[in-house]
Amino acid sequence: MKISFNGEPREVSGATLALALDELGLSTAVVATALNGSFVPAPSRSSISLKDGDAVEALAPMQGG
Amino acid sequence: MRLYDVELRFRLMLGTAQYPSPAVLLDAIKASRSEVVTVSLRREAGGSRAGQAFWSMIRNLGLRVLPNTAGCHTVKEAVTTAHMAREVFGTPWIKLEVIGDHDTLQPDVFGLVEAARILTEDGFEVFPYTTEDLSVCGRLVEAGCRVLMPWGAPIGSGRGLNNPYGLRTLRAHFPETPLIVDAGLGRPSQAAAAMELGYDGVLLNTAVAKAGDPVRMAEAFGQAVEAGRLAHLAGPMEPRDMAAPSTPVMGMALLS
Repeated sequence: MKISFNGEPREVSGATLALALDELGLSTAVVATALNGSFVPAPSRSSISLKDGDAVEALAPMQGG
Repeated sequence: MRLYDVELRFRLMLGTAQYPSPAVLLDAIKASRSEVVTVSLRREAGGSRAGQAFWSMIRNLGLRVLPNTAGCHTVKEAVTTAHMAREVFGTPWIKLEVIGDHDTLQPDVFGLVEAARILTEDGFEVFPYTTEDLSVCGRLVEAGCRVLMPWGAPIGSGRGLNNPYGLRTLRAHFPETPLIVDAGLGRPSQAAAAMELGYDGVLLNTAVAKAGDPVRMAEAFGQAVEAGRLAHLAGPMEPRDMAAPSTPVMGMALLS
C-alpha cells in the first residue's frame, strides 16, 4: 500500500504500523510514532492497521534548544 | 534549585543544538556544569541514524533531559509532540512551546495555557516557554505549571533582557514559583542580570553554540549564573544619582 512516511511517499506491504516500521528499517530504532497526526504508543503499533493514504511519522531524538 | 521535586545544584540549563560538532557540544555541556540539557524530536534525514547516535551520546552523560515542543504552532501539535517525547526520553518533563509568530517566535500564550492544562492533567511536568505577562503566567500556574520560563528576548536574538521591569514584576508576583529566563540571551552579563533580579535559573542555547569558542562561553555563562545568584543573595546596593565618597572624609589633611 502507499503511505506517507515522514512526509515522503513510500510503498509498504506490512499490514500494521509495527510491520511497516520493520520494513522501513526502524524496528530497533529509538523513535516515537504518530499516525495521521495522533500519537501511537510503542506497545500499540502491532495492533494498529495501516491503509492506503495513511500518514506515518517516526520521530527520533535530536538536538534542541 | 528545585524543579518539580528534582533538586539541582547548578542553575544553568543548556540547549544542545547548533554546535560545530558533537565533541564541542559535549565539552560545552561539561564546561557549563549544566545538569539539564534540552533535546527535541525530529524526522531522521534519509537513512541517517544521526538521531540515534545523538541520543546515545546524551544518555551516556547521565544528565536530565528536558525535551521541547519547538516548532509547534498548535495545541494539538504540541500535545502530540509531548506524548511522543515522553515515550522516547522517558521523562514527564516537557519544555512546552506553542509558537504564535514566525518572525519573533513569540509564544501563542492562549494555546500555551490550553496545552499546559491538557498536559498537566495527563501527568506531564510542564516548563512553559512564555512571555513575561503576569496574567498569562497566573493562568499557567492555575493550569498546574510549577515552573515558569519567561523569555528574555526572542529565541536566538541575543538581545538579552528586553523587559527587566516585567521580569522583576513577575518575580515579585510569584515569589514561590521557580522562574527560569529562557531564550534571547547573548552574553554572560545578561545571564548574571537575570539572576540578580532573583531568577532561579537560565536556559540558553544559541549564545553558547554560536560563540567563537563555545566551550569557553559555556564556562563563562556557568560562572555568570552563579555570580548573579550570589549577588542576588548578597543584596545589591541601590543606585543613587550623586557620588558618595567611599574613602573616609574625616581625617583629611589640609595640604592646600
